[in-house]
Amino acid sequence: MSRPREGTGGGRWSRRGVLLAGATAGVGALSGAVVARSTATEPEPTGPPRPHGEGSVSFHGTRQAGIETPPQANVRLLGLDLNADTDAEGVRRLLSLLGDDVARLSRGEGALADTEPELAAVPARLTVTFGFGRGLVERVAPDAVPAWLTDLPGFDHDALRSEWGQTDLLLQVCSDDPVTVAHAARVLLRDARAHTRVRWIQDGFRRAHGSERDGTTMRNLMGQVDGTVNPAPGTEDFDHLVWSEDGPGWLAGGTSLVLRRIATHLDTWEELDRPAREAVVGRRLADGSPLTGESEHDAPDFAATDAGGLTVIADFAHIRRARSEDPEERVFRRGYNYEDPASGESGLLFVCFQSDPVRRFVPIQRRLDELDLLNEWVTAVGSAVYAVPPGCAEGGFVGEGLWKG
Amino acid sequence: MPVHPRTRVLGAVLALSLALTGCGDGADDDAGPREGGTEEDGATRDSPAADSLTLDDPWIKAATVEDGMTAVFGEMVNDGDQEVTVVAASHEDADTVELHEVTTQGADATMREREGGFPIPANGTLPLEPGGNHIMLMGLTTDLEPGAESTVTVELSDGSTTTFTAVVKEHAGANEEYEGDHEDHGGDH
Repeated sequence: MSRPREGTGGGRWSRRGVLLAGATAGVGALSGAVVARSTATEPEPTGPPRPHGEGSVSFHGTRQAGIETPPQANVRLLGLDLNADTDAEGVRRLLSLLGDDVARLSRGEGALADTEPELAAVPARLTVTFGFGRGLVERVAPDAVPAWLTDLPGFDHDALRSEWGQTDLLLQVCSDDPVTVAHAARVLLRDARAHTRVRWIQDGFRRAHGSERDGTTMRNLMGQVDGTVNPAPGTEDFDHLVWSEDGPGWLAGGTSLVLRRIATHLDTWEELDRPAREAVVGRRLADGSPLTGESEHDAPDFAATDAGGLTVIADFAHIRRARSEDPEERVFRRGYNYEDPASGESGLLFVCFQSDPVRRFVPIQRRLDELDLLNEWVTAVGSAVYAVPPGCAEGGFVGEGLWKG
Repeated sequence: MPVHPRTRVLGAVLALSLALTGCGDGADDDAGPREGGTEEDGATRDSPAADSLTLDDPWIKAATVEDGMTAVFGEMVNDGDQEVTVVAASHEDADTVELHEVTTQGADATMREREGGFPIPANGTLPLEPGGNHIMLMGLTTDLEPGAESTVTVELSDGSTTTFTAVVKEHAGANEEYEGDHEDHGGDH
């Protein structure tokens, strides 16, 4: 199958069990008697439900994990630059070591020579997704660099800081457990140390695992429902938009990742009252519904006007500006909130996947850069583009196609 | 080319084997301990001991020529019905290879050559790990860089040999002092 197996964990993992646990815990807070009745009506066998931490996502497959995988609660993005003296063989060794680490850690096993293998025992849907910057591809196969693997064009509203800039390698580490993320990142950095240096580490988070029903659209720290319009993994539409159909052979079945570190200016955002906040985006804060609709997934009516003859969704509204007439200009978003307590900065680690960022992402960003009232409260301070190779089979490593050209 | 020190190690082990054989008098061939299974009486085994031995997850701690020493780890697995004993080892990039054990007192670990090699019980395993048994590489002739792979050859008491491909990994541990060598050497093998 092309999609990574979700949560099989060797058959130990029961989604139903976890849902039941959540329900029981919620009821238990209200009344012990209800809990007793609830468990009495359930023909569940003995013992508590299996912990969700046992859930695992296979590293191996035709696609890399961590893209179609329903977003885990936590992410750590590792931005690494290759050492000047690391040659193609060094890159191969690096990717081979990291691939072996991820294969084991994803199964809930310690990495080879893991000094803290006990910390690996809770994978909690750990995935590690590899992205290659232009620098890495050039180091291995200079003729196989896709045309779009380059810096995004400049945007007027960006205030990019080099400290969050493009790196040669990106490792997107996701898990529902932050301890698992910390351990996996430590293992990966240990094995990357001989060939790379860390440029940046960016941590992000969503709601904790189990806090909300599966499939709930995330909220960003501005309080907005963020990511309503998103192609659904497993659909033809998603496959067409995300997976690479042309370009260099090593990337067939891969995709691209655009990372934008978008700082949000919460101090001034807080000065806005709710009607103004909703007008800026074009959606209601309560449920994310468009100002012309009833529920989150209603299609916005961009032509609808109010009594005064003005469009209900303003010309400057974020959702109007983000939408293109061209259905090819769409991306798959999979972002995370971030907070930097030291600087007080917070915002969104905007992560999106698309077959070609120049074809799909850049036109959207250009429209937003030209006009989007939300720009008053958000500023991109980091930007990077990566080629995301297809997945690998057992014993292989991500990116091995670069050596088969 | 200098005399390969492995020969020296093998010689010592052979002497040990002969001593054991003499001790056991070679009387009960079929039920005899495998330590006696040298070439002379190795016929009691249907197949070479090496055929039942594997080293799972073999890895070597990254080290440079300047470091001089490092070690091979993994889990030795004997899936045969008779005990096998690893009596020697060699590595393409090391002048000398020894089979070591580590004794730890408090936080001080001391390693020394293990007498009798590594016996692995029938259908059993023997872990080689930092702080425990390991295959010691000394006199490195080339840097062993993370992610590289190299070949380790082990010899068993019946004279059969087998090879394993081990991957080089960064590792901060495995810094045991060599016995009687506390003063003047960094101990980082």
